Amino acid sequence: MVWNPRLNVAGQTPKSVRAFDNLKAMYEEHLKGRYQIEVIDLRENPQLARGDRIIAIPTLVRRLSLPLRTIVGDLSNSILLLVGMDLRKVG
Amino acid sequence: MKHIAQKKISNPPTFNTLPKAATGIQGLDEITGGGLPRGRSTLVSGGAGSGKTLFGLEFLVRGATQFGETGVFISFEESIPDLAKNVASLGFDLDRLVAEKKLFVDHVSITRSELGETGEYDLEGLFIRIADAIERVGARRVVLDTLETLFGELPSPGIVRAEIRRLFDWLKQKGLTSIITAERDQPDKLTKHGIEEFVSDCVILLDHRIREEISTRRLRIIKYRGSTHGTNEYPFLIDDQGISVLPISSLGLDHDAPDERVSSGISRLDGMLGGKGFYRGSSILASGTAGTGKTTIAACFVDAACRRGERALFFAFEESPQQILRNMRSIGIDLEPWVKKGLLQFHAARPTYGGIEQVLLLTHKGITSFKPSVVVVDPVTNLLMVSTQNEVRSMLTRLVDFLKTQGITSIFTSLTAAGSLEASEADVSSLMDTWLLLKNIEVGGERNRALYVLKSRGMEHSNQIREFVLTDDGLRLLDVYLGAEGVLTGSARVSQEMREKAVATFRSQELETQRRELERKRRIFEARMVMLRAEFEAEEEIIHQTITESELLGEEVMQDRGQMVLSRQADTSSYKKEGRAKTAPVR
Repeated sequence: MVWNPRLNVAGQTPKSVRAFDNLKAMYEEHLKGRYQIEVIDLRENPQLARGDRIIAIPTLVRRLSLPLRTIVGDLSNSILLLVGMDLRKVG
Repeated sequence: MKHIAQKKISNPPTFNTLPKAATGIQGLDEITGGGLPRGRSTLVSGGAGSGKTLFGLEFLVRGATQFGETGVFISFEESIPDLAKNVASLGFDLDRLVAEKKLFVDHVSITRSELGETGEYDLEGLFIRIADAIERVGARRVVLDTLETLFGELPSPGIVRAEIRRLFDWLKQKGLTSIITAERDQPDKLTKHGIEEFVSDCVILLDHRIREEISTRRLRIIKYRGSTHGTNEYPFLIDDQGISVLPISSLGLDHDAPDERVSSGISRLDGMLGGKGFYRGSSILASGTAGTGKTTIAACFVDAACRRGERALFFAFEESPQQILRNMRSIGIDLEPWVKKGLLQFHAARPTYGGIEQVLLLTHKGITSFKPSVVVVDPVTNLLMVSTQNEVRSMLTRLVDFLKTQGITSIFTSLTAAGSLEASEADVSSLMDTWLLLKNIEVGGERNRALYVLKSRGMEHSNQIREFVLTDDGLRLLDVYLGAEGVLTGSARVSQEMREKAVATFRSQELETQRRELERKRRIFEARMVMLRAEFEAEEEIIHQTITESELLGEEVMQDRGQMVLSRQADTSSYKKEGRAKTAPVR
């Protein structure tokens, strides 16, 4: 299966860049080749924020199964991120 | 209604040029001197159910419909369908305004359980959503309904706090007139999380309290930087037309005092009031104990107004309209045609239904929408059931001032407890221009109604008590008699009338007798005159005859004597002395 997380950002802010880097590092380590990160810049598509109920930036939305799970922040704590993404058992 | 001076309610003076955005909320713009600060944020705080959401929505709906300013509503609590449903009962069609792109509603919902946090974040997503919403409709007004919900749903309160502060600055920078609502859960704090410190321009507090089982809503402007504003607590009402705030201090004592007079509907009462009735635009108090005919006086006045083609508004706090109509019909005052013609409107409600503010607001609204030239409040004393004397007095002051600025003539009836006739409840009498006192007078085992004019400012008025009688064809005022035990009314008056009539009859009979006697005497006198004259004339004739006879006789005697003297050669002198000699002295 392919992981398809969506990272919502608002422009190239340091927090967003940091979040992308952290997320990518995690997938590289645990799910190399089995993921595809989708980065949404809400500045360009503001209506998507409404659909995914985003108010905080950056927000990572895990779209595999319900309930929709979101993680806000720059994803600097990888343990919490792993728990949040249900990836610990996979790894 | 050409009689009513359509005077604008004077606003408190503003000494600055702070631009304002009118809310369109009835009364609020008068208190604030024009509305909320334009291009700035206003914090609306209040407890649960105090009307914050509605306040915000009405601001937007009125902005869109009345002032051509589109708006954005960001709801952090209620969903969009719920919102639309809630305001539909107030006459706002949210869906239509959204479809017409006059309004944009966004529901921001976050569920804590679905949310994880790792690391730093900001609320740029919210900013983007608000900015997008604003752009979609070109909004000038924004409402954020219970922004503080974010504290409960997002981790790291420090970040939320900083972001909210940034949001306020951002709104201001964009020149948006905005309302941020906040929930107040403690009496000593305005908001749960102290966000009032970010709002420096305007803070409005809504309050919903229950006292003696009656709820009242109040609004207070805590802060309004750069603008004068009313500082009182203003009662407000939420009904099918939205929020109405009742401005108190904006009413001044600068109303007109027209010279025009209006009939009271009772011609003798008009007579007692300088012959012309009440002044137009004056306030009249009709006070009295139970069953003295207060409502009847009011009904007569209403009837007269409708006859002139004027509109009348009747606030009935005691009886239902049907009951009043029936009762008045029984004494020959038929008000029903006026109701059918639309000249007369009844507003009947027990004041206990909603408290004194509600009553005041209802009267206000009724008056503003119906625009009557005559208003009846029957009775004002029922208001005391729901409030304290002080509040009733202040409410009546407001109402009377309002009526006067509108040039509306008003009758207030007041039920007084027996024994304290002139101590009119709530001291309302000093507010009134004319005071009619109705009382029951007990004489000879009866109670009869009496009326007098206790005062009437600016006109000559009668100082006399009149009895008034309710008959099948209306109300009649009658003179009363002053007797040894005071005024006489009812059957005592009738018997007095009869006594006076008897005395008068007796007197006139006596006069007639005397007149006849005089006539008789004259006739007797005249008859006697005739008789006397006849007697006199008869006597006169006899006397004349006698005189003539004796003269004739004398002459004969003299002739005879002369002859005798001549024949006897007698001394004439002795003859003269003795007169006529019967016998010849010498033979």
